[in-house]
Amino acid sequence: MAWVTQTLSSSLGRKVIMSLTGLFLSSFLIIHMAGNLQLFKGDNGRAFNEYTYFMTHNPLIITISYLLYTSILAHALMAYVLTRHNQASRPVKYAYSRPEANSPWPSRNMGILGTVLLLFIVIHMRTFWYEMHFGSVPMAEYDGQQYKDLYAVVKEAFSQWWYVLLYVISMAAVGFHMAHGFQSGFQSLGIRHTKYTPMIEFVGRYFFALIIPVAFAAMPIYVFLQVHGII
Amino acid sequence: MKVNLKVWRQKNSNTAGKLVEYQLDSISPEMSFLEMFDVLNGELTKKGEEIIAFDHDCREGICGSCSMYINGRAHGPQTGATTCQLHMRSFNDGDTIVVEPWRSRAFPVIKDLMVDRSAFDRVIQAGGYVSVNTGSARDANETPIPRNIADEAMDAAQCIACGACVAACKNASAMLYVAAKVSHLAVLPQGQAESVARAERMVAQMDAEGFGACSFTGACSVECPKSISLDHIARLNREYLGAKLTSTNVQG
Repeated sequence: MAWVTQTLSSSLGRKVIMSLTGLFLSSFLIIHMAGNLQLFKGDNGRAFNEYTYFMTHNPLIITISYLLYTSILAHALMAYVLTRHNQASRPVKYAYSRPEANSPWPSRNMGILGTVLLLFIVIHMRTFWYEMHFGSVPMAEYDGQQYKDLYAVVKEAFSQWWYVLLYVISMAAVGFHMAHGFQSGFQSLGIRHTKYTPMIEFVGRYFFALIIPVAFAAMPIYVFLQVHGII
Repeated sequence: MKVNLKVWRQKNSNTAGKLVEYQLDSISPEMSFLEMFDVLNGELTKKGEEIIAFDHDCREGICGSCSMYINGRAHGPQTGATTCQLHMRSFNDGDTIVVEPWRSRAFPVIKDLMVDRSAFDRVIQAGGYVSVNTGSARDANETPIPRNIADEAMDAAQCIACGACVAACKNASAMLYVAAKVSHLAVLPQGQAESVARAERMVAQMDAEGFGACSFTGACSVECPKSISLDHIARLNREYLGAKLTSTNVQG
């Protein structure tokens, strides 16, 4: 098995771990965004709460959720290892450097963007995931069945302007992170082709870096405006 | 034209260096950047000062010796060119120009602007040999190679091992260099026999030399004097992963 650890600890192997965990997390963004669109339904959270019940009780979803937590940790830890290694590769910095002349900003600052996202994930999970699993969530009754009213927690959280702002800023970080990360993930796996790379870039740039973060950012803004009676 | 230079001076690899300022008052815009340094060294010699050490050889853009990080960019503001192909007309009268050596753990500074790039040679050595037929001469075109494949191999083989990719990369990664060296053999039939071992050994040597990992910023390709494409990095990833999954080398 020496070859496995040796491969995964090589500079290319580490990038493969970043790629596979990153692309898995990208697929999660789609599901998370699609499910949460139910916040826009205007049914005082019934569809959202029923969806929440499904997501916390379906055995397949629960299994995948553990894979998700592992991926977040692996992605962050490997990013830390790679960053330290990469910094050590240039012990003396340039006195004057103009990297903006040859490379886009997000590609050079994935670590900073990722740190913002990790902090966001901690805050986000504390507010919703922790409350859902271990906190005291009010109950709602639909057709005689009891559901945890996570929608009430959502409304309370997004009634604060600073919390909404935090989410909007974090979603901008998601956008920039994905603008580089999605297509890079394929590059690390060696998937690059005249026919498919333009498609991958298109999906990365417009779907993952634009549509997904905008849809996510719209949720706290919508709930805020609704709670405060503006819409 | 007048230029103000800030040049990295460092006595040897064991001492700390610093930027030193020099003024040149009568530089022709038609001089190459290296000729400008020749003028400066001439003046330093007259004054009895130690001249600035810098690498140069062919001065026609093909040897890859003239490693200089000029005004924050490998080989200066031009793209697709080495330092010797950079001319003073690319600067304005009175400009301040900062000149530093390549910065990488794998390229220790020997003196002033000279760095030791033998790490590249060791990566090549790790790649090993290519098996060839040493019998009687073979017929021309006995091994058919389509034009586009030949072009692809040649694009990679243009690499002059100048180290601009390492210098420009935020991680001081040698991926574009190693990719070019693996790629130009990997696409040709002659390179197939040893392709698995080559990818494994060259990547292992690259890591052992202390180069960083690839962040796919694209800086290397932009600063490469031969504009070698990122396609080759993807091919190296493919070759390496394929080699690791299929080779019989269980020790890693």
